Order: sequence, then C-alpha cells, then structure tokens
Amino acid sequence: MNAQRFAKPASLLRELDYAVLQQCMHCGLCLPTCPTYDDTKVERNSPRGRIALMRAIADGKLEVSEAFADEMYYCLGCLACETACPAGVDYTQLFETARADAEKSGVLKSPKRDAIRLTILRGLFTRPRLLRFVGRLLWLYRASGAQFVFRALHLNRLLPYRFRELERMTPRAEAKFSHQLIRPVERPAGAIKYKVGLLTGCVQDIVLSQVNRDTAEVLLANGCEVFTPAVQYCCGSLHAHNGEVETARELARKQLDAFDLNTLDAIITNAAGCGSHLKHYDHLLADDPVYAGRAKVWSAKLKDIHEWLCEIDFRKPVSSPGEQTVTYHEACHLCHGQKITKQPREILRAIPGLKLVELTESTWCCGSAGIYNITQPEMAAKLQERKIRHIAATAAPVVATANPGCHLQLESGAQKFSLDASIRHPVSLLAEAYRQEMRA
Amino acid sequence: MPAPAEIFQTLSGIFPSDAILSAPEDLIPYSFDGTAVLQQMPVGVVFARTTEQVAELVKAANAKNFPIVTRGSGTGLSGGSVPSEGCIVLCLSQMNRILEVDTKNLTLTAEAGTVTLAIAEAADKVGLFYPPDPGSMKISTIGGNVAENSGGLRGLKYGVTRDYIMGLEIVLPSGEVIFTGNKCVKDVAGYSLRDLFIGSEGTLGIITKVLIALIPKPAARKTLLATFDRMEDAANTVSAIIEAKIIPCTLEFLDRVTINCVEDYMNMGLPREAAAILLMESDGHPVAVEEEAARMAEICSSFGAREVKVAQTEAEALLLATARRAAFSSLARLAPTTILEDATVPRSELAKMVARIQHVAEKYQLKVGTFGHMGDGNLHPTFLTNEKNTEEMHRVEEAMVEIFDYAIELGGTITGEHGVGLAKKAFLKKAIGDLNLEVMKQIRKSFDPNGVLNPGKIF
Repeated sequence: MNAQRFAKPASLLRELDYAVLQQCMHCGLCLPTCPTYDDTKVERNSPRGRIALMRAIADGKLEVSEAFADEMYYCLGCLACETACPAGVDYTQLFETARADAEKSGVLKSPKRDAIRLTILRGLFTRPRLLRFVGRLLWLYRASGAQFVFRALHLNRLLPYRFRELERMTPRAEAKFSHQLIRPVERPAGAIKYKVGLLTGCVQDIVLSQVNRDTAEVLLANGCEVFTPAVQYCCGSLHAHNGEVETARELARKQLDAFDLNTLDAIITNAAGCGSHLKHYDHLLADDPVYAGRAKVWSAKLKDIHEWLCEIDFRKPVSSPGEQTVTYHEACHLCHGQKITKQPREILRAIPGLKLVELTESTWCCGSAGIYNITQPEMAAKLQERKIRHIAATAAPVVATANPGCHLQLESGAQKFSLDASIRHPVSLLAEAYRQEMRA
Repeated sequence: MPAPAEIFQTLSGIFPSDAILSAPEDLIPYSFDGTAVLQQMPVGVVFARTTEQVAELVKAANAKNFPIVTRGSGTGLSGGSVPSEGCIVLCLSQMNRILEVDTKNLTLTAEAGTVTLAIAEAADKVGLFYPPDPGSMKISTIGGNVAENSGGLRGLKYGVTRDYIMGLEIVLPSGEVIFTGNKCVKDVAGYSLRDLFIGSEGTLGIITKVLIALIPKPAARKTLLATFDRMEDAANTVSAIIEAKIIPCTLEFLDRVTINCVEDYMNMGLPREAAAILLMESDGHPVAVEEEAARMAEICSSFGAREVKVAQTEAEALLLATARRAAFSSLARLAPTTILEDATVPRSELAKMVARIQHVAEKYQLKVGTFGHMGDGNLHPTFLTNEKNTEEMHRVEEAMVEIFDYAIELGGTITGEHGVGLAKKAFLKKAIGDLNLEVMKQIRKSFDPNGVLNPGKIF
C-alpha cells in the first residue's frame, strides 16, 4: 500500500475512460478543419494524430515525452475538430487531460517556464484584486504617456524580439473596471421578468469593461434584474486548458460561492472562451462531494449572452444608430465550443441600419486561442494574418466578435496590417441601438 | 532489411531534413489509415515535393532493399496505406498543386497529393464538373482516389474515378518515370497501361501526376428524400427505379441505426423512427430533371414510401448529401470499433442481400448499421463492436465471411470501392478465383520484382 501511495503518479491518460480515446475512428474528417494541420500537412499536428499519440500513452506504448507535450501545446484548442467530427469525439476532455499529463510529468519544466506559469496562472489569475492592480498599472503605462515615450524613443528595440512583439500586444486597460461601471444589483425600468447573474471575466473586466456595462444594459432593457458581484474570480478556463486542473477546480468552487443559484434564472457570460469552460463545471466538479450538485445546476443555468437573449426573445431595437456594415468573426469557443452560431447573427440583423456581410472562414481560429499567441507566436501570427486578409476582403469597417482574446487579437492585427476596422462585441452594437432609442 | 540508421542516411541524401520524420511521436500518427484495428509502425516518413525525389527514393529502396508505402491523407478504408513492416511511408500530401485547367480540352492536371475537393472546386470555377465524390473528398487526395479507384455518391450515373482519368505520371517500381495516356478522347496505341495502374493500390507504381477529364456542369439538380417503414421496400424501390430505366445521379440508402447516428451528429430532422431512407438526386437538363424526379417519387410511393420530400433549396440538398457523407463516421458514436464492409451485388439482388445482412447480424448477435450506394448495389454494412472484445471480434469475422460468401453467390463482389488492401486480402481468392489471382501476381511480379511497393497488400 505504502509503495503504491508514494509511487510516481500514473499518467492521467491511462486513468481516463478508454472509450473516450476509442471514440476516434481516425477517418480523417477533422484534418481539413485543423488550422495547424492545414499549415504543416503533418499528421502529428492534426487532431487525429494527437489523439493517436494520447492513445499510445494510454496503451503504454509511449511515455509522456517533451515532443508529446510540445505537440499538445501546439494545438490551439480551437475545437474546430469537434464540430467536424461525426463520431462525437470529446476532444476538449482529451486535450485538457493530455495537457494536464504534460504538466504532471514535468517534461517541459524549466525555471523560466515555471516562473511564468507560477506568476500568471497561479499568481495573477487566481487573485482578482491583484489582477485589477496590474490592470491599473497597464492603464497608467498608456495614460501617463510612458508607452508613447517608450515607443517614440524606440526603446522596444532593446527588447528581445519575442518581448518586442509582446510589448506591441500590450492591451490597453480601461480607465474604469466593471465594478466601477456596474452596481452589484441593478433593476430594469419596467417589470422584472428574470433575475440573472452577470460574469464580468478577468481580461474582459480590465480591457473591455465597457462590454460588460453594455451587457448589463442590454439585460436591463430586456426585463432582467442583474446581479454582478463586485469582485469575481477567473473562471479557470486558462488553467483547465493549460494543465492546471486542480487550480481550475478551486476557481470553479469560488465562482459557485459567489452566486445564489436558487434565486437566479440564469448566469450570463459574454466571453466565449469563459462560457465554453463555465458550462463544463458539472464535469469538472463531478467528483466533488460538496459542489457536484450545485455545479450541475450551474451548468444548466449558464448561458452565453447571445443564447440567452434569443431564448427570451429579446426586444428588437426600433432606432438605428446609423447605417453600418459589419462582418462577424466567430470565436472558436462560441461556434465550436458552444455551437452558438445563429444567435449572434440574429442579434446583429435585428439592429436597424446594420448590414451584416459574411466573413470567409468565419469559424477559422484567429490565433488568439487563450494564451497561444504568447506561447506560439509564429503560428498565431500566421492565423492572425489570414483572418485580417479575409476581414479586409469584406471591406466592412466594423468586425463583431464575442471573445476578449479574439477582440484583442483582431485589434492588434488590424493595427499591424494598417486595416481601418473597429472591433466590437455584438452586444455593444445592440446596446448602442437601445441607447439611440432613448435619445430619439 | 537494412538497419534504420542506414536507411535514414540514404533518405537524407534525397530529402531535406525537415521532410524526414523518425521520432516515435512523429511516426505513431502514420501507423494507421482510416481503417479500423489495423496498425503498424513505419521506420520513417518522408514528404516528397517532386517526382524526381519519388524516383530517387524508389531507386534507393531497390538498392537497399526496403519497402515503400505511399500515402496521401490516409483516409483509405481497406488498410491500403497502413505501413508494411519495416517500410518508409512516402507521403504525397505536400505535392498538392493544380498544374493546369484546360478549358479547350476539358481536362485538369494536378499533382497526386491534391485534395479531391480542390479539384472539384477548380472545375466548378470554370463551369465544369468532376463527378467522383468519395465520402472523404474534403481531405482525400486524388492520387489515393486513383490508386483505390474510389467511388462515391454519384457512381450510378457518372461512374467512378477510373472514368475520369485520361493520363497518369507514374514512378515505376524500378524508379523510372513514365507518363501513360494523353488528352486525346480516343487512343488505342498499345495496352492501356493507365487502366492497369488505376485501382492498383500502390503496388504497381507511384502515381505522381494525374490528368483528369472533366464534363460540363449539369444545369439543374433536384434532391429527394423518401422514408420507408420496411427496409425491403426501400431495396425493392431501388431495383424498380433501375428497371424503369431511370439512372439518377445519386440513389443512396441509410438504415434506422445509421439514420439515428447521423441525426445525433447533424440534428437536421431526419425521421428517426423510419426503417430506411433513400436519398435520391437527379441532375441534368431542368425539364428532364423535373420529369425524372417526379417518376422516382411515384415509384417510391407505389413501393410503400411513407413520405417523399423534395429539398427546396440548394442548401437543403447539400445538407442531405453531407448527412449521407457523415454516415460512416457517425456510426462510431455507438461503439468503440466500427468494422465497415463494402459488399456489392447486382442491383436486382439488393433486397436479398439486405435481408441476409439482417439475418447474419441476428444470428451472430451483432449490432450492425447499414448504409450505402444502393443504386450501385454497393452496401456498407458496418459492425459496431469493440476490438478489445476478442470473442465478439471473432463473431464479427464469422459474420463477414457469411456476408461475403452470399454476395459472391449472388454474383457480387467483396469490395465495390474500398479496395482489398489488408482488410479483404483473405477473401480475394474466393471472390476472383485462382486463375485471376495468378495473372495478377504475374503482373505484379513483372512490374515490381523486388517487392518494394506496398508489400503484403491485396495478395
């Protein structure tokens, strides 16, 4: 018994239900939808190839190696393969388990990587107040003119290439964060039809807090009483996708503690990447003796904002905020992760004066993919360029998208390729139309 | 067989280092194709970009005595591109350029690694049509299609890959390069070597370039969906349509098990409680299409179809075709292992074959989902099983033997479009007889005396 207890932990893939791996019958229908395979044409960089590697580990034919771990992080996690897969392979579960295995094995361990992961994943994204403090510093960097001076003096040339790219991607933080824009409880002007909780996210909270305000306003305009806890924890998607499953569970519990599920009709998220993960809390906490039950209720009540608005038959705005042409980039974790494709379009089409032009390859990943654009800058840049090229072809001055990662990736891409397009959340466009009504 | 180190040294003289794979993490994903259960690790994988590289590789294989297994996207369903023991996998997926679209002669020339869909789209762009559309056409390569002589959903009216191949560039097992065929509609100069390579499953030569015949795009098409409460009714309907001298472009069939799996995936409102559905498509001149579709609908009704629906839009028609294409992979939802068969019978015998498949499944207590190109008499009974369950796998094998025997008895064949590869190897002799087999062996021997190309496949 003792020997077993102190033995090296077995591979998580070996512990996984083998049927999940067997679900893949390697027909190859996923290949043309995989951005990494499309680029390299090498099987290892495809969903089918990655699953074969995972299965080899489960079969004991391969140990978790550095090459295996690298491959798992080369995957964008865009889940386009899940949409393409007729056999219903649960790739999300497979790749999260594989990445967790990679972390557990320590094959990628290096002091630098450990330090970064410790600071960002465990340090920053588990402490909402600290995160906001860093957000404040980011805001100061730009607002104080330090960024301007830094760039004007070309000090970025002193940085190594990778950091130079990162400096360029430094997101602009908003002057006010969500809790300064949304009161903990806000009531609609008319009758209360629904009570909903609003998740403000972490990146969204700091960089795109106005989207959160817009979401609250749209909910209020549709008879929802909105509960928005002032301090919210990260949903844990970054952790789950990067092999830190335990931290992800811890964050999920904190999330569950923040809302009184029994009194709410729905919990609303406006960030696709968060939503895709938040809906899986029931799986994530399935073995938790205390939280499993509540997690189930949570998953049932968790709604993406577009999904919710269409479900409650949202009020169509009557005033036009002006003629505008908009194209729509589908966040992977909305179209593939949550299979939500019609609703955002329905919302956009409901806005008077808005013309929606379809984007070629609208469901193809933009390269943001969580922190992928930081960990795999080369592939991320290729995907960004491909996306910007398609956007440019639509000639639409506005690109709607519903995920902060995509939002920033498209913004930085537009800047890089001098494309004059503004990036907006569909809900922000809807909120504008409602506001126009008030003015009219 | 030489040591791997020696092989890799030879390879590095032909290919750049980034076109050679040797690490286990790189090779495992090349140890299988689209066929269930079969797996074999290769010694290495190389990616060719030119015919010259392929020729050099084949010469080296002869000199050093190592086998080569050619592969495109690895979607084959008979194990044709599963590595042979000790082999180097030659992957042509990066030789994927369309070299010419000749609108004067209605031909297209492409490298072997070109994806089938890309060819269909290139033809479509200039108002032409490449009819063969195997289920995996979104990713399968034209070289693989030619090597397997792939069929598809339009075989009934338009035939199979062979019917559209005018010429091939081939690297012979000796390493010499020949081009057989040309842009002439007629050509009887000597043996039709081209036809020998089509469907040769990578054993007689390596296809590097393909000259394809295109046809004018049909002006109109109409898609119908008929629902049946009894499987035999669907089978008899198909025989009746053929007997009425109607040759639609598509005449496909899905049984209840398959319908439900596809519906789970597509969520498009297929009739879950139906015993079978027939998917029919008529194409051609608008007036003829209208008439043909109406007559087919009539026959369906008179043979007991509960409902016949017409796709109202192009998108709706496309959805139905997509649903049919997803049939095989969707069946994998029900069981860990899907063993797909390809038995084909004369169309007059369809009802008998369909009934026998049901009978065999019951006899061996196996779960089976059947779909297929009913208009071609080409059925795909698919056993839903688990490779880890050796006892059940044994029953699957016995059931397969019975189905093949019966297909042969009805004047049919063991494989209509997937090829023999490894999966049907044991049944070939029974299907074609000793003398046919002997002639094939002699042909192979004369082309490839050293056995360097895809050894162990077909026979």
